Amino acid sequence: MTLSQIIANLPGLVVAIPLLLAPVVALVPLSSLAWVLAVVGTGLSLICAVLIQGSVTGGASYSYFLGNWPPPWGIEFVVDAASALTVVIMSGLAFIATLFARQGLLAEIAEKDAGMAYAAWLLACGGLSGLVMTGDAFNLFVFLEISALSSVILIALGSGTDRRALVAGYNYLLIGAVGATFYVIGVGFIYAVTGSLNMADLAGRIPDVPQTTAVMVGFGFMMAGILVKAAIFPVHIWLPAAYSFAPSAVSALLAAIATKASLYVLARIMFTVFSGTPDVTAIAVEFVLIPLALGGIFVGTILAIYENDIKKLLAFSSVAQIGYIALAFGVASTAGVAAGFVHIGNHAVIKGGMFLAVGGFAIALGRRIDLDSMVGLGRRMPITTIGFLICGLSLIGLPLTAGFISKLYLVRALIEADMIFIMGLVLFSSALSVAYLWKIVEVLWHKPTVSTPVPETPGLYLPLWMLAIGNIWLGVAPAPLIEAAGRAAMQLVGGM
Amino acid sequence: MDNNPILRVAAKILFAPIIVFGLYVQFHGDYGPGGGFQAGVIIAAAFILHALIFGLEAGRRLVPAWANVAMLALGVIIYGGVGVAGMALDGLFLDYNVLADDPSTGQHIGIILVEFGVGLTVTGVMLALFHAFAGFSESRFDAGGGE
Repeated sequence: MTLSQIIANLPGLVVAIPLLLAPVVALVPLSSLAWVLAVVGTGLSLICAVLIQGSVTGGASYSYFLGNWPPPWGIEFVVDAASALTVVIMSGLAFIATLFARQGLLAEIAEKDAGMAYAAWLLACGGLSGLVMTGDAFNLFVFLEISALSSVILIALGSGTDRRALVAGYNYLLIGAVGATFYVIGVGFIYAVTGSLNMADLAGRIPDVPQTTAVMVGFGFMMAGILVKAAIFPVHIWLPAAYSFAPSAVSALLAAIATKASLYVLARIMFTVFSGTPDVTAIAVEFVLIPLALGGIFVGTILAIYENDIKKLLAFSSVAQIGYIALAFGVASTAGVAAGFVHIGNHAVIKGGMFLAVGGFAIALGRRIDLDSMVGLGRRMPITTIGFLICGLSLIGLPLTAGFISKLYLVRALIEADMIFIMGLVLFSSALSVAYLWKIVEVLWHKPTVSTPVPETPGLYLPLWMLAIGNIWLGVAPAPLIEAAGRAAMQLVGGM
Repeated sequence: MDNNPILRVAAKILFAPIIVFGLYVQFHGDYGPGGGFQAGVIIAAAFILHALIFGLEAGRRLVPAWANVAMLALGVIIYGGVGVAGMALDGLFLDYNVLADDPSTGQHIGIILVEFGVGLTVTGVMLALFHAFAGFSESRFDAGGGE
C-alpha cells in the first residue's frame, strides 16, 4: 500500500484497524502480545484520526464510500469538522486507556480471558469510532450494536472482583437493546416516509415529504433510543452500575468515550438529519432535551454527594456532566453546540483521568474500594492522588483547567441565548459539585491514618498523568479545541 | 439418546446431506437466495444434530473448543482481509471491483470470499452458542472454554 492509498483510505482505516485487529487478538494466546496488538490498533487508529483532523482544518468536508458504492445507495463515512474532532478525542482517550490496561486490566481479570477481553476492547473502540464516522442512519445502528455488545462483555468481566458486574452487564444489555430497538424503529418510520437511509439525503428529503405523524414518531423514536445510549436522565439508570462494577480500565474507557459517541450522534440527528424541520427539533429541545439535561445535572450531582462507593460517585457525576453536554446541545445555537463539543473533549479527559486514578487506587490496594478504604491515601500514594486531584479540580471548573473552559463557554452560550435562569442553575450545580469533590479530598488527606507508602507503578500512573497534564494544557491553551469545536458547530448548525 | 438406533442411524444418514445442502446454499448465494448467514446456520445444524444424538463430548471431539474460536475469528479476518485487499489494490475498503482485472469477475471473487467468511463465523457462533447453553452447569466458567 502506498502512502497516497493510505491517505485516501484514512476514514475507513480509523474504524477498520481496531475492528479487524479484534479477531486477530482473540486468537493470540499470550496476554502481553494481545495487549501490544491492542496498543498498536488504538495507536494507529489515533494516528489516522489526527491525520483526518488535519485534513479538515480548512473547513473542508468529504466522504468515503465503503465498497466504492456512492451514496445514497451505498454506505458513506462522512469526514467533516464535527466527526473528525469527535473521533480524535475518542481515539486519543482510547489509546491512553489501553496503555493503562497493561496492568490495569490484567489485575482484575483472569489471564486466560485476556485475549478475548482485548478483542472486545478493540471492538468497542472500533464500533464507537464507526458510530461517529458513519453517514448512514442504518449503519449507525450496526455500530451501535457492535459497541454495545462488546461493552457488555467488558462490563461483565468485572465479575472476577465483584459478581454484581454480571447483573450490571445484563442490565446494560437489556436497556441498551431497548434503546437500539427504539432507534431502529425510528429509522424504519423515516425510511417508510422518505425511502432513504443516508443522513445527508434524509436531510434533503424530510422537508419535502408531507409532515405526517410518521415523521414525528420516527424522530421521537430515534431520539428516545439515542437518549438511552447517551445515558441522559432519566434513562441513565444502566450507567452507574455498569461503570461501577466494570474492571477499572473498562470504566475509564467507557466513561471517556462511550457516551460521548452517542451524544455526538444526538447532535447529528437533530442538526443534520432533521435540519429541514426546525419546528420539530425546537419542540424536542425545549420540552425534552433541556428539562432532562437539567434534571440529570441536579440528580447526578446530588446522588454523587450522598454516594459512598467511589466509582459509583464518579458515575453519578458523569450523569451530571452528560447533562451539561446535552444542555449545551439544547441551546442549539452555534455557541451552544460549540460549548457541547468543548465539553465532550474536556469531560473525556477529566473523567477518563479520574477513573484511571481510582483504578490505580483499587489495584494498588488489591480490592474494590469505597471512600472509607481511601482514607489517608493522599499521603500513601501521592503521585496517583495528585493526578486525581488535578482532574477533580478540572471537574468542578477551577480556572486554568479544562473544566473551567467548558463552564465558561457553556455559560456564555446560555447568556447569548437569553437563558439567564438556566445559567444560574448551571452555576449553582457547579457549586454543588464542589461538595462531592471535597468529600473525596477530605478522605484522601485530612483524616489521620497509617502513613505506610503504597508502591505505585509507572504503568498505572503515567496514563493518568498524561490526562492530568492534558487537563492543565486544555485549560491554559484551549485555543485549538475551541477552534475545532467552533468549526464543528458551524458544520452542524451553520449560522443559526 | 445414544441408545436409540433409529435416531443414531437417521443422524448418520442426514449428517452429510445437511452439510452438502449448506455448501450449496453457501456458494449459490451470489446467484440466488442464500449466502453465508443461511449456510452457516444449516452447517451448524448438522453438527448440533450430531451433538444432540451422540452427546456433547462427541460433538466437542468433532469440533474442539479451540477450533470453534478459530472459526469465529478466521471468518471475520477473511471478511476484513477482502476489505483490506481492496484498499491495497488501489481501491476503497470492501471495493470488489479492483480484486480482478475485470470488475465483474472482481465482484464475484469478492462476494464469494466475503460470504465464505460470514459462513465460517456464523457456523462458529451457532456452535459456540449451542455448547455454551448445553454445557451450562455450576462449573460453567471452566466448561466449553473460550465462548
